[in-house]
Amino acid sequence: MKYILSLFTLLVVCEAAFGECLTRGTGDMGIIVERATGSLQVVDTSAHKSLFQITGLGDLSHASAVYSRDERYAYIFGRDGGLTKVDILCGRIVKRVIQGGNSIGGAISQDGRLIAVSNYEPGGVKIFSADDLSLVADIPSTRISDDKGSKTVGLVDAPGQRFVVSLYDTGEIWIIDMTNPKRLEIQRFKHIGRLPYDGLITPDGRFYIAGLFGEDGLALLDLWHPDRGVVRILDHYGRGEQKLPVYKMPHLEGWAMAGDLAFLPAVGRHEVLVVRRGDWKEVGRIPVHSQPVFVMARPDGHQIWVNFAFPDNDTVQVINTETLRVVKTLNTGKGTLHMEFTPRGEEVWLSVRDKDEIQVYNTRTLRQTHRLPAEKPSGIFFTARAHQTGL
Amino acid sequence: MRTIVSSLLLIVLMITAVTVTAAEITPERQAELIYLLRQDCGSCHGMRLSGGLGPALLPERLRLWEVNQLAATILQGRPGTPMPPWRPFLTQQEAVWLATQLKQGIQP
Repeated sequence: MKYILSLFTLLVVCEAAFGECLTRGTGDMGIIVERATGSLQVVDTSAHKSLFQITGLGDLSHASAVYSRDERYAYIFGRDGGLTKVDILCGRIVKRVIQGGNSIGGAISQDGRLIAVSNYEPGGVKIFSADDLSLVADIPSTRISDDKGSKTVGLVDAPGQRFVVSLYDTGEIWIIDMTNPKRLEIQRFKHIGRLPYDGLITPDGRFYIAGLFGEDGLALLDLWHPDRGVVRILDHYGRGEQKLPVYKMPHLEGWAMAGDLAFLPAVGRHEVLVVRRGDWKEVGRIPVHSQPVFVMARPDGHQIWVNFAFPDNDTVQVINTETLRVVKTLNTGKGTLHMEFTPRGEEVWLSVRDKDEIQVYNTRTLRQTHRLPAEKPSGIFFTARAHQTGL
Repeated sequence: MRTIVSSLLLIVLMITAVTVTAAEITPERQAELIYLLRQDCGSCHGMRLSGGLGPALLPERLRLWEVNQLAATILQGRPGTPMPPWRPFLTQQEAVWLATQLKQGIQP
């Protein structure tokens, strides 16, 4: 009996290790980054359950991910410079390369064939084949010393088989045109402002905006008219006011737009900025609990969800985009690091690091509906990102 | 004048720091500090302290600075850079203890 039992255990273990791949669609699937253990969970957002845990992804602090256009493969960008291609139907790593010393994020090209990674060390952008992760192009950034280039941040994909990236140390925005990978073209915009820390692109792929740490305002580039150059918006914002210390840099990923209004995290202030798209003038400032990190719109644009920097990262607030007021304050738990909406926005998934759990909220009732265990979870990435420019 | 002030500051820091030992910080608090270091300092410096938007905090690189200089940076931040002052969350002793750990190297 004992023998049979252990045989059974062995079978279960084997199934987990070499299990069959799932036969299903992936549109209601996603991944959760477990940053301390260098692992991922593959989840089913309909069943609210974990399908696989995948280990061996290296240092996943500050990891992000993009999806292949068939929504089967996730590409994970790790802090240790690792680029890992994961098959979410089979729950396993397909290929992993250490492509740089220290990376921050990446993007997938419009046609899905190229993966671009931005690197802190040695500084620059590397572009790989999405198929086998072989190197297609190595683009060093502007040198800041003999052996170091500017850190690159805010890398996004843009229509026209382009990538757009900001250079943190040298204050530049580059457009990289990969139409012909053998003869790529780079358009460089200099003096865009001090210390751009992140960038985003509007969902239609027209406007690229870089947030500036070193001065007030944001840098805006119209990708329909790059010849018009980079212009400063909201540069009057906060002039003469003393900023608070920033214990966690805000993220600009995920352009929170509702109608004509865009919502942005204010750097060093307990405010969400509201800007009108078009003339890019400030429409209002919404006082919030603390310094915002992620400011994300529910897909229908009726709500904005905001999480906060250390030491106030135990709270999430919900803003109504018509009244521009906070309608709900949720105490989610210390280390609430990331939020992801289901594709049509009926749910939002939150990672709560210090509770080692994912919390799922119904966005209409604003009540918690599910909890899933996860080891120090950070980023949550659902497959619907595959078809969104800039994500 | 400025150098005099900062040297004075350094001397004061050294005097206050000289008696600090790990025994004065409870094991629970030490664990909290290491957690803070990895999770929150880690958001800029990397969870493995190998660097990110902020520089690496590994012993090799920190050789250039004394414990007290590092502790002062932790407490006061570095104006003109994103490094904020951590004084609201740490005592002088805790900053010195953390700086000592950093210089010795912390096992992953």
